[in-house]
Amino acid sequence: MSALLLALLLVPLIGAAVCGAMATREDLDRAGRIVGLASAAVSLVLVVVVWSQFATGPGTPRFQFALSVDWIPAFGTRFALGLDGIALTMIALLAVLVPVVLAFAWADKLPPGRTGSGFTALILATQGVLVGVFAATDVFLFYVLFEAMLIPMYFVIGRFGGPRRQYAAVKFFLYSFLGGLIMLASVIGLFVASDTRLGEGTFDWTALQGMAAQLPLSTQIWLFLGFFAAFAIKAPLVPFHTWLPDAGAEAPIAGGVILLGLLDKVGTFGFLRYTLPLFPAASQELAPLVLTLAVIGVLYGSLLAAAQTDLKRFVAYTSIAHFGFIALGIFAFSSQSLAGSALYMVNHGISTAMLFLVVGLLIRRGGTSAMTEYGGVGRVAPLLAGMFLVAGLSTIALPGTNSFISEFLVLLGAFPREPVFSVIATVGIVFAALYMLWVIQRTMTGPLRGAAVVGDGPGAASAATFGGDTGSGAGTGTGSDADESWMRRTTARFGDLTRGEVAVLAPLVALILVLGFFPGPVLEVLDPTVSATLSEVGVPDPVTPNGVPR
Amino acid sequence: MSPLLAAAPLPEVLPAEGVAGAAWLLVALPALGALVLFVGGRRTDRWGHLLGVATVVASFVVAAVLFAGSLALPAEERVRDLGLYEWIAVGSLNVEFGLRIDPLSLTFALLITGVGSLIHIYSVGYMSHDPNRRTFFAQLNLFVASMLVLVLGNGFVTLYLGWEGVGLASYLLIGFYTGRRSAGSAAKKAFLMNRVGDVGLALAIFLLFVELGTTQYAEVFARAGEISPGALTAITLLLLLGACGKSGQFPLQSWLPDAMEGPTPVSALIHAATMVTAGVYLIARSNPLYDLAPTGQLVVTIIGAITLVIGAIIGCAYDDIKKVLAYSTVSQIGYMMLAVGLGPVGYAAAIAHLLTHGFFKAGLFLGAGSVMHGMADETDMRRFGGLWRHMPVTFWTFTAGYLALIGFPFLSGFYSKDLIIEASLTAGPVAGWVFAVATLGAAGLTAFYMTRLMLMTFFGPERWRDLHPRRIDPADLEDPPEHYHPHESTSSMTVPMILLAIGSVGAGAFLVGGERLGHYLEASLGAPVEPYDVPAVFYVGLVPYLATALMLVGAGTAYLLVGRREVPVERPQRVSLPVRAARADLFANAINEGLIARPGIWLSRALVYLDNRGVDGVVNGTAAMLGGTSGRLRRTQTGFVRTYALTILGGSVVLVAALLTVGGLGG
Repeated sequence: MSALLLALLLVPLIGAAVCGAMATREDLDRAGRIVGLASAAVSLVLVVVVWSQFATGPGTPRFQFALSVDWIPAFGTRFALGLDGIALTMIALLAVLVPVVLAFAWADKLPPGRTGSGFTALILATQGVLVGVFAATDVFLFYVLFEAMLIPMYFVIGRFGGPRRQYAAVKFFLYSFLGGLIMLASVIGLFVASDTRLGEGTFDWTALQGMAAQLPLSTQIWLFLGFFAAFAIKAPLVPFHTWLPDAGAEAPIAGGVILLGLLDKVGTFGFLRYTLPLFPAASQELAPLVLTLAVIGVLYGSLLAAAQTDLKRFVAYTSIAHFGFIALGIFAFSSQSLAGSALYMVNHGISTAMLFLVVGLLIRRGGTSAMTEYGGVGRVAPLLAGMFLVAGLSTIALPGTNSFISEFLVLLGAFPREPVFSVIATVGIVFAALYMLWVIQRTMTGPLRGAAVVGDGPGAASAATFGGDTGSGAGTGTGSDADESWMRRTTARFGDLTRGEVAVLAPLVALILVLGFFPGPVLEVLDPTVSATLSEVGVPDPVTPNGVPR
Repeated sequence: MSPLLAAAPLPEVLPAEGVAGAAWLLVALPALGALVLFVGGRRTDRWGHLLGVATVVASFVVAAVLFAGSLALPAEERVRDLGLYEWIAVGSLNVEFGLRIDPLSLTFALLITGVGSLIHIYSVGYMSHDPNRRTFFAQLNLFVASMLVLVLGNGFVTLYLGWEGVGLASYLLIGFYTGRRSAGSAAKKAFLMNRVGDVGLALAIFLLFVELGTTQYAEVFARAGEISPGALTAITLLLLLGACGKSGQFPLQSWLPDAMEGPTPVSALIHAATMVTAGVYLIARSNPLYDLAPTGQLVVTIIGAITLVIGAIIGCAYDDIKKVLAYSTVSQIGYMMLAVGLGPVGYAAAIAHLLTHGFFKAGLFLGAGSVMHGMADETDMRRFGGLWRHMPVTFWTFTAGYLALIGFPFLSGFYSKDLIIEASLTAGPVAGWVFAVATLGAAGLTAFYMTRLMLMTFFGPERWRDLHPRRIDPADLEDPPEHYHPHESTSSMTVPMILLAIGSVGAGAFLVGGERLGHYLEASLGAPVEPYDVPAVFYVGLVPYLATALMLVGAGTAYLLVGRREVPVERPQRVSLPVRAARADLFANAINEGLIARPGIWLSRALVYLDNRGVDGVVNGTAAMLGGTSGRLRRTQTGFVRTYALTILGGSVVLVAALLTVGGLGG
């Protein structure tokens, strides 16, 4: 059983090593990409097997597939892994998104001197480390992996990103690393506390959770803040968010999907796995503060998203709004809100990946991420516009899409205990519609404009999602004096989605719809973990089957 | 609203059996049609419209079979739930995906699929020249499927699914002519104003969950009495907010006239006959809640009364044939809203008017579409005139709808509108008078604006003879023809118009006469109460005579002001203040703009500024401030690492300060 989990961790790392070894040889570019896809496919199969064996009935242990070996006996730190429902869904999301982004990146031309193998190696390394981050049940191991995951992503942004990639990569690294250091102080604090209270210093999550009730509130608050700093930067909560738009805008599309869709989730995952169960009293005490930041994030992220003129920054700001919803659900402490947040982490990964990939396909054609360079795309590339619409509707949580279930659960679950925060965040759904429809209006509908009129063609612009010089305004023109033959010519040059591109997006579209109508299987996996987390925090579920008890 | 009128408990909900078990087909057929057409893409261009029509017609057949099955049952066994599967289950929340099959939902299903079928058939001809006809049918099928989920769902969350689904379909179809800027703006506005309403609906659902731990109709309605009075008032008001958004009621009415940017069949189906009546459905469906919440009911009636008056006033001022009809829709739904707020005395009246309005307003819109079809897509009535000779079928069917709408004796609108006016007299000593004046006055105005429309479009000199057709939108690719050639439309368009005209003439007498509808709906809405049986501000029997008299006054005034004078082709600019106000939608857009849009834009700009300078703490502000707005948004960051360290520090300081404050307050 635990061998499966180990395999989930090792397969991408081995794949990364193989691709890394081929990275310097340009003639092995194709082979490297194939190795990468094969590795990703094996991971996906492994996840399916693990998922099918994951027990959800009553009385199941907190962690399944558990595995623990001595690592540094002097500190009592162990290489300990295990899966709960939340970790499993995140790893499953990872396993779905990695092959999608590798397939997406296949068609991209790389900046000079870079190879597809090298890029694949970095993505697979990120995948491997992330599996470890989600599966770690030793707090020190978690810390080490938390910092380690920055390294491959730093290179993804710094080597394969846009024109300001160096700047964005350093900013990303510094923010996250500083947050991690503050967390390290708390990790050590936990060790010291366990030494005095349990008689023996430990980093074991289960032991530390057992100790939580004994810690005085003041200690809990200090330790909470250390973890909170790292997670609030990672998940970005306003005002710790400003690294994200830069990182999102400069990252190559494929890397940005992993960054926005998964790496950032470590923050909210950390709230659920570490801050709530390890510092329950502090979590309750400081909940109003976090909830305030959360709803500010919802409104602030939405309003700023509406004001963006760059498509990639736009996606980044929508994510800030979504992280507000997730944090709201986590700190509202009800089974619906917690399950909603955990599901939101999966759904946001899917919808943001879809949105970012579609933006990437647009950039591949238009050569720029400036919204002003697009207009009326739906007339020349209806399929592309349709995909953008699907991604957009999922982003704004329209019922029938996956995100509705999670957003609804968060808001509904937060309402009984935190009505004011819930109501304010619910108003956010209007803002969400505003930013999304406005972007669609400016780029997909209306008169033809910018790149849609005189497209640079797929060949010329294909480097754009991988660095390349953005912002080269592609030409001007209006549709008013156009005729039929001109329309055909433009369509040929701007180009609708190819079969391959549709195939990359198809699994995401399917997930968006299927999870919108049948979220049951995922909720079932999350349910035991959510109940466990709620009882670890030590608050009763506010709503009983007969409503709020009076 | 008095305790005397408290409704008897509704019959028990039974599981669906027999043919009712196949009710899911109602939704599945059009949904499948939409799916095939969306996924199939251009491959389905040749036959896509036929599939679109076939699925909706098949759905209508299913609805008819279910309806027949429902009629065969005794009244107390007509309320059925068909549970399909567990949709969202977490903790104490259990949302079932299921269908409610009862007289109310079946009545709506018949209206939606019946009128929907006719309009699908009409659209085959109407959209025959459009290269995106297949997309149009995909979206129209999506609408029908969503609308059926809305009315057939067996709980508030399923309703919400359909509710936002029709919002999406409406958004797509209003913006169908994607090349037009105005269409894009109108579509966005409609979706946004609907979402404002949706916030209300969502919050009402949350409150129900807090109060009862469930959102399924069967349990909510059975246990409505357990909800605390304060929460009940809040719930009913929040549901009303949702209804106002969807049904274009005050203060969220201004999206509906803009929605006329969509193709005319869309205006007929979505923005006249079905979707915009969803608010009325919501309140009628929630009757066990409203019956216990007199404040909620009162606000519903007031909103309805305000809307029916402003809709009628503005309708008098427009020259655009579709916009006149749109404001007429706003006004007529105001009537329904008023009625549904009156409780058991008005429920059946509201639904009756909803059905008759569905026939005659859909017919009127299809007629308007036929006129546009023959007049190079022109909608300005000042450029029409004397068209009755050139399109006789359109003229006669339009006349039937016109007479039905203004309440000409013994036609549909006469019966259903009279029921509402009669019911409004029983609203209490003050409200009764207010509502009587509003409903009767607006009936006169209705006759005025509709007669004006008839005269400007079908009678008088043929003003279009000397005019050249215009480009409707600057972005349109096709050149307009040199001259107007008004002609009758093809039979696929005229046959639906004829059928709707028959409904406009006869539906009222059939439904209202013998109280057929009221008795059938009893299982869903409770036993109907006769206005004659409760205290009214004056004798209810006078209403038909008063309404007919005011109708004649309104029509006569229109004849004197419009029919006997020459209609200038250019719109007169020097007009009196009331006309100016009406032309400006009674300043609704100006108010929205000033109160919401502008502050919103400024706030968002201020936040961008703050985000770049305050939160990100970047240095080169001075240069950027001098630049243009777009430049200001972009060129802000220089990448001094120390600023980020500083920001983190600053953030932490704020955090600690906030903590101390929170701690201080807590201690």
